[in-house]
Amino acid sequence: MSNNIMVRRIKAAPVITARAAGLVGCQICGKVTQLGETRCPRCYAKLRSRDGHSLQKVWAWMIAGLIAYIPANIYPMLITTQAFQRQEATIVGGVIDLIHYGSYGVAAIVFIASVLIPVGKFLVIGYLAWILRRPHKLDPHRLHLFYEIVEFIGRWSMIDVFVVAILVALVRFGILATINPGIAAVCFALSVVFTMLAAQSFDSRLIWDRIKRG
Amino acid sequence: MSRDNDLVICPVCDSLYRVNAADRTRPARCGQCGYRLVLGKPDAIASVVGMALAAAILMAVVVFTPFLQLTAGTFTSRASVLDVVLAFQSDIMVPLSISVLAFIVLLPLARFAFLTYALMPAVFDRAPLPGAAVSLRWAFQLKPWAMAEIFMVGVAVALVKLSGMATLTMGPAFWAFVAVVLLNAYGDALMCRTTLWSAVSKPRP
Ligand SMILES: [Zn+2]
Ligand SMILES: [Zn+2]
Repeated sequence: MSNNIMVRRIKAAPVITARAAGLVGCQICGKVTQLGETRCPRCYAKLRSRDGHSLQKVWAWMIAGLIAYIPANIYPMLITTQAFQRQEATIVGGVIDLIHYGSYGVAAIVFIASVLIPVGKFLVIGYLAWILRRPHKLDPHRLHLFYEIVEFIGRWSMIDVFVVAILVALVRFGILATINPGIAAVCFALSVVFTMLAAQSFDSRLIWDRIKRG
Repeated sequence: MSRDNDLVICPVCDSLYRVNAADRTRPARCGQCGYRLVLGKPDAIASVVGMALAAAILMAVVVFTPFLQLTAGTFTSRASVLDVVLAFQSDIMVPLSISVLAFIVLLPLARFAFLTYALMPAVFDRAPLPGAAVSLRWAFQLKPWAMAEIFMVGVAVALVKLSGMATLTMGPAFWAFVAVVLLNAYGDALMCRTTLWSAVSKPRP
């Protein structure tokens, strides 16, 4: 009925899914129960053999994330007031400033976290959701790797929001220098949360189910 | 069937496996997708609980002591983690303040509490407390939202940005936070799902 675990990573092993065996497994704790149960008998998590609305939810969260990402780049992230001079910096502006100071390493970190990761995430989630609408012939291992990267890396985009919070809390020297947060900080944080939810709504089992064999 | 306690699914691809007590001692991956089903760390529970308790205590140091101090000429400003959290005070920024508080303090703390509650009895060979499994579920589900380690990278970036204009001094909270992040990473590396879940699902009398 089921494979023994002693089979250690044998790709060609004939694997049966819980669904094919008339069972449903809990994605949180791994407990297996009868197909048709709605709650895990162990951890009480919601059980779904497959999430039929998964892709719709992914698109919805992703579009929300995209909408929030636009103002996050247009409006200022930081507003610095130094000796009566008001200076506004956007996300990309902040990266350029860092380059001017010669802090290339940190500029790279901020650029990767705030630009490369979010944009890459939109592209990868969009690509996966597009491919998985119907059966496909692509290597599921590769698709799954994409998905894992997105799920693992997405939360690191939050770096810039924390940087703003720290700078605002520390730089309060009255007229000498003050830093205030810009509206882009809120938009950017929302965008990260929405794309994290998009990645979490993704039912990874779809990747493995929809392989067109042969 | 639900009575078969050895059956386990791979959460990634839904493959079905039978994992008996002997299998829990050796690492194993899913044959289909390669997910690490068993980390093979049956003794990890005590370390996970120890990590959670130590990190929770250090979190108190983080919240109540100075985090960073900035000196520029005759001006000095001191910020605790709570000041950082309250940085977004003006009207629409308030929800952001609350989220930052949750991401860097509340959710990591909640995870430490859930882990301790769920697994502490197992360390002393006692039956799990009521709701232990639900508690452990929350510890797993909150993981992506607890962002202490990301905050630490943010601190590093902020330090570089400020290094030109002022002198920075790290307070006790800073070092406590570093310790929390390291402990947390160590604990997460030991969190073998198969081992932890079998600890909270001992058969009831
Ligand atoms: Zn469960
Ligand atoms: Zn698998």
